[in-house]
Amino acid sequence: MKGRLPVLAFACALLLLASCEKFEPIAPNDAAILDGALSGLTEAENFRFQKGDIAFNDEIFTTANGLGPLFVATSCGSCHARDGKGHPFTTLTRFGQIDGNGNLFLNSGGPQLQHRAIPGFTPEQIPSGATSSKIIPPAITGLGFLDAVTDSDILAWADPDDLDGDGISGTANWVELKSYVVPRANSVFQNGKYIARFGQKGAAYDLLQQTAQAYNQDIGITSFFEPFDTYSGVKFDPEISSQAIHDVVFYLKTLKAPLPRSEGEAIKSGKQLFISSGCGKCHRAEMKTGNSFIASLSNKTFYPYTDLLLHDMGTGLDDGYTEGSAKTAEWRTPALWGLGLSKNSQGGHYFLLHDGRAKSIEEAILFHGGEGNQSRESFTSLSGDEKEKVINFLESL
Amino acid sequence: MRNIITLTVFIYFSGSVLVHAQIDSTLLRRTNQDTSKLLLNMDAVYNRPFLATNKVPVALGGYVEANWQHLGTDGVTEGHQFQMRRLTLFVASGISRRIKFLSEIEFEDGTKEINIEFASVDIEFHPMFNLRGGVVMNPIGAFNQNHDGPKWEFIDRPVSATEMLPATWSNVGFGLYGKKYNQNWVYAYEFYLTNGFDDQIISNDQNKTFLPATKQNRDRFEESSNGVPLITGKVGLRNKIIGELGLSYMGGVYNKFQDDGLVLDERRRVNTWVVDFNTTLPKIKTYVVTEWAFVKVNVPDTYTQQYGKKQAGGFLDIVQPIIRKNIFGFEKSVLNGVCRFEYVDWNIGKFTETNGNISEDFVSVVPGISWRPTPQTVIRLNYRYNWTTDLLGNPSSKTAGFQFGFSSYF
Repeated sequence: MKGRLPVLAFACALLLLASCEKFEPIAPNDAAILDGALSGLTEAENFRFQKGDIAFNDEIFTTANGLGPLFVATSCGSCHARDGKGHPFTTLTRFGQIDGNGNLFLNSGGPQLQHRAIPGFTPEQIPSGATSSKIIPPAITGLGFLDAVTDSDILAWADPDDLDGDGISGTANWVELKSYVVPRANSVFQNGKYIARFGQKGAAYDLLQQTAQAYNQDIGITSFFEPFDTYSGVKFDPEISSQAIHDVVFYLKTLKAPLPRSEGEAIKSGKQLFISSGCGKCHRAEMKTGNSFIASLSNKTFYPYTDLLLHDMGTGLDDGYTEGSAKTAEWRTPALWGLGLSKNSQGGHYFLLHDGRAKSIEEAILFHGGEGNQSRESFTSLSGDEKEKVINFLESL
Repeated sequence: MRNIITLTVFIYFSGSVLVHAQIDSTLLRRTNQDTSKLLLNMDAVYNRPFLATNKVPVALGGYVEANWQHLGTDGVTEGHQFQMRRLTLFVASGISRRIKFLSEIEFEDGTKEINIEFASVDIEFHPMFNLRGGVVMNPIGAFNQNHDGPKWEFIDRPVSATEMLPATWSNVGFGLYGKKYNQNWVYAYEFYLTNGFDDQIISNDQNKTFLPATKQNRDRFEESSNGVPLITGKVGLRNKIIGELGLSYMGGVYNKFQDDGLVLDERRRVNTWVVDFNTTLPKIKTYVVTEWAFVKVNVPDTYTQQYGKKQAGGFLDIVQPIIRKNIFGFEKSVLNGVCRFEYVDWNIGKFTETNGNISEDFVSVVPGISWRPTPQTVIRLNYRYNWTTDLLGNPSSKTAGFQFGFSSYF
């Protein structure tokens, strides 16, 4: 026995070394998470993706590296946990006015309220006379695909004068570009303005603008692109490198698109009901990308369930606040892909629509007004079983 | 600071060389250790195996810890990791019969962190009235003062003790301590005024209220961040049969509320309360040790709820001797079955926006076995399983894997 004990111990050690991974938690199904790189990236692109991932999810801002003094969140990942939809904890409040004359409150802290402050400082208040809207941070997956859609496709889906008479117009948000934004090749240019597509009002032209503004307005970080301190209004030295911002932009472009998690007849039937109810007129299922310098994004067909256009959603969703050429009741159709995973980034609950007021998918549908009236009515006229099929389909996206 | 450390290490090694060069090693002797069963956690700093030479009033000691681990989080692993977690050196000196000095210098993760964890002179005026000054270990909970690796059956230190409380937490300061024996009982107290925390506890790269963040302040052994002493007090009670109970408090102003005579903020306090207990169950000899803490921090309402105002957590270790016999020629070696349960709620409260609970919890279960060939050396095999929940309460991320290593006094 004495001689056998060391042999036994050695054998156990070898067995442990060889099999230790089997005792570790397995990876969740790829379709069950939003995090992850686009498939087909080159090694160099994977390297950049990882750098952006670290900057986005791991870099925490404190007073030592530039947080605030006024801010909403302390990191990108605070607003977009697991790359998914945000929680009311990091709701953004934008303020301005009801007309489309550009934000008149930029010298009073606009366009975004920083309702938190580092110790010793007083958070911002909405100035008197301003209107405001609350915005839940959106999911950030699949943005590279949306970024690579051509302007001509977006314009082809638009019907600003409702020429087809279906009650749905759909207009592009035309904006003047920030000085640091470089228009995409073949962008459509009209009266000094370009078509923007990101943000709940669709007022950000591209992911660079979206990222630089978020660092500045959400975290209080100045950069080469957005150099003005949100507290003093004074131009500061960059608190983040341009390289880091570009890394985050690359990360956002190369995050995979949400994968459908369920198929089968019931889901197909739900999809059919979704289309026949007219929901698919705005929540457009299929799109194509144009050319992209990232091969995995170039000329691909994908299924985001949006048309990247503004739609009047009725008085119930009219917050009296506008961005770009969007009117106060107009919201950019949100992509529905990944909708069923929203609860996994919102603390187990749904906070849907632009401000999180809808606590379920059904509630979100019922809040639709304006151009969404007909679809809402079609949905409400469905039987309970049919409604469930539609909801299950949406949760499978 | 670096120069002091270098000089101290140089003196230590010089002393060692001299000892070996001039003295027959048979003259080296182990200092006597107290086996009265009336030792408290506060005695841990001196209750270590020191090596002394005849007539030289200096005793030396230390411990070393190294391990292998293979941990994975939600299907992602960093593979096989070999770690040299700690090399700690002790130098103790009996300056006179009632004046003594002890220092503890720790090298963590190679030389990534080099810390003076303890460097104090103790002067005994009366058993109930001893003065201690220098770099002292604040007597908060049990683990902070009794943290030597070879005393524990687990490779990782308890998260509640090292990340919620900041063990090992040492500061420059002065204080009093005393003990009173009464048959099977011993009563003790400790009270210290030291430098304390700073603003980093609510502004750090952990994105949560994190008391150990203050340890990043390299000036903290030189100056207080705000000039207000941190108060640490503990009362301990031990019965030979029942075990030891400790109640401790540590609190003070943590923020830099003024600078150059200018008011920057109101005074904001951090307060911690800890209860600890340990015992050995009669007959079955099961050793149980536990420590639970509550932390309260004055975080401005206008700051972010990312940084919690309240935290709570603790750990429970159960050590069951299974075999006491000669194994591999080590007489009286002991094989233990062990299990640790840990819990930390990093942020107790409700979101102002939704009135829903703020999560940010950590739960861990660590079963394992430990083998002590001698009382001063422990070889450990642990299987760790952690559940970590984020602030919002999204599905937990899971980390698990095996750890194997040793820790030994020398």
